Amino acid sequence: MPEKTEKQIVFDKVKDTPPLAVSLYTMDYNKTGSWRNVRPVIDYEKCTGCMTCWKFCPEPAIDAEKYEEDGKEKYKPVIDYEYCKGCGICWVECPVEGAIYTEEEGE
Amino acid sequence: MRKVMIGNHALSYGAKISRAQVIPAYPITPQTEVVELLSEMCANGEMDAKFIKVESEHSAMTASIGASATGARVFTATSAQGLALMHEVLHWAVGARTPIVMGNINRAMAPPWTIWTEQTDSLAQRDTGWMQLYAQNSQEVLDSVIQAYKVAEAVQIPAMVILAAFVLSHTSEAVELPEQGKVDEFLPPYEPEYRIDPANPHAFGGLTGPDGYFELRYQIQKAIEDALPKWDEVGAEFGEVFGRKYGLIETYKVEDAKNLIISSATLASTARTAVDTLREKGEKVGLLRIRIFRPFPSAQIRSILSSVDRAVVVDRNISFGASGIFYQEVKAAVYNEKNPPPIFGVIAGIGGRDVTKKDIIDIYEDIMRMDEPKSDIIWKGVRL
Ligand code: SF4
Ligand code: SF4
Repeated sequence: MPEKTEKQIVFDKVKDTPPLAVSLYTMDYNKTGSWRNVRPVIDYEKCTGCMTCWKFCPEPAIDAEKYEEDGKEKYKPVIDYEYCKGCGICWVECPVEGAIYTEEEGE
Repeated sequence: MRKVMIGNHALSYGAKISRAQVIPAYPITPQTEVVELLSEMCANGEMDAKFIKVESEHSAMTASIGASATGARVFTATSAQGLALMHEVLHWAVGARTPIVMGNINRAMAPPWTIWTEQTDSLAQRDTGWMQLYAQNSQEVLDSVIQAYKVAEAVQIPAMVILAAFVLSHTSEAVELPEQGKVDEFLPPYEPEYRIDPANPHAFGGLTGPDGYFELRYQIQKAIEDALPKWDEVGAEFGEVFGRKYGLIETYKVEDAKNLIISSATLASTARTAVDTLREKGEKVGLLRIRIFRPFPSAQIRSILSSVDRAVVVDRNISFGASGIFYQEVKAAVYNEKNPPPIFGVIAGIGGRDVTKKDIIDIYEDIMRMDEPKSDIIWKGVRL
């Protein structure tokens, strides 16, 4: 996947507009983290690294972080709170009880 | 090669010969044979396509949009309640500019449950932006699927190929199957400029405010306007390659006609035979069949109507609280003309009630006795 970037292409006139309702680049400039009122937190003691949460997350809010263990390539989910909108899909879909728990947002 | 087939199978063979790649579909009477044959051909390898079984028509259209957005050529088919269930995503298909081709079998809407023909199901989708083509026989159905892809993909607007339930969907006719090689040349693979591609990410249909939405809508209107000449061009090119020419409208004996019968789909075929009989009786009458309803061929209709004394539109549909829908559109097309002829609106054949050649002759003779249209609806065939 390309790096997240704040690049945003805005069209001016009809002639610069793509014919369909499509962004001219990624939507990464749209920091959906500002919508969040519930914060998912991953408990890495319980997390098995199955990456179900990463697959289901509707925003670029769970990054798959590569690491090595016993000479094997593995991944772990890391939540990017700039984008996490607190929709709760990850903790509904996570197959491991308690691997993702939620904390209230706020001070 | 000629093959005997029902109208529904003409849709299936049209999709096959156009090399549709994804077919998400849900069966509904009287459309079932369309998708039955397609699923068979996908299963036995005759078609190199993915058949997606879905749980509803809403999902059929949603899957069609997703598949088309990846750049696949997509076909689906439905009817009546199924089309109505798709309504929300019909708008989406247009906004997403996915050139899906869909067969719709015109069936009257419930309640009461019914399966016989009427055009109100598809005409109620008039303002979604889908192009609409009303076919009159199985050959035209098959040929129109191929043409519909060519036009739809050029302007990136989806298109419906529409046929009358039973009268056409279940009637067997000999149909010429075009050669695959020639179709491949006529209709090259679909290559959209924007498609879902993980290597080149875009957001599709993302939130757009008043600063961007208007331009997108403007572009849809421009694209569907561009499709008007395109239907004639593609229909003429089809004629050169395959020997059967098509256009936005079809005229019959209009050159010296004083009076005009206007209709669509299979009703127009019946009207053609009525014109022959009326001509034998010395009537100067012609037929205008509206083949493409969206985009609406206003200019073509105006030019034919400019030389006649009166016209009657025969509609197998109704917009409750107004009138027949083709009638409204024809009237609107000529309203700003200097001296438009009086136009009479007849509603006939609702819910599949038979409309015979004699009925059309009666309609014609009745309106010839009237001085002017007194109301927007002249009912034909309803037991009052
Ligand atoms: S709460 Fe929603 S947006 Fe946030 S990480 Fe989970 S699935 Fe992604
Ligand atoms: S779904 Fe649960 S267990 Fe699987 S990677 Fe995500 S947090 Fe870990």
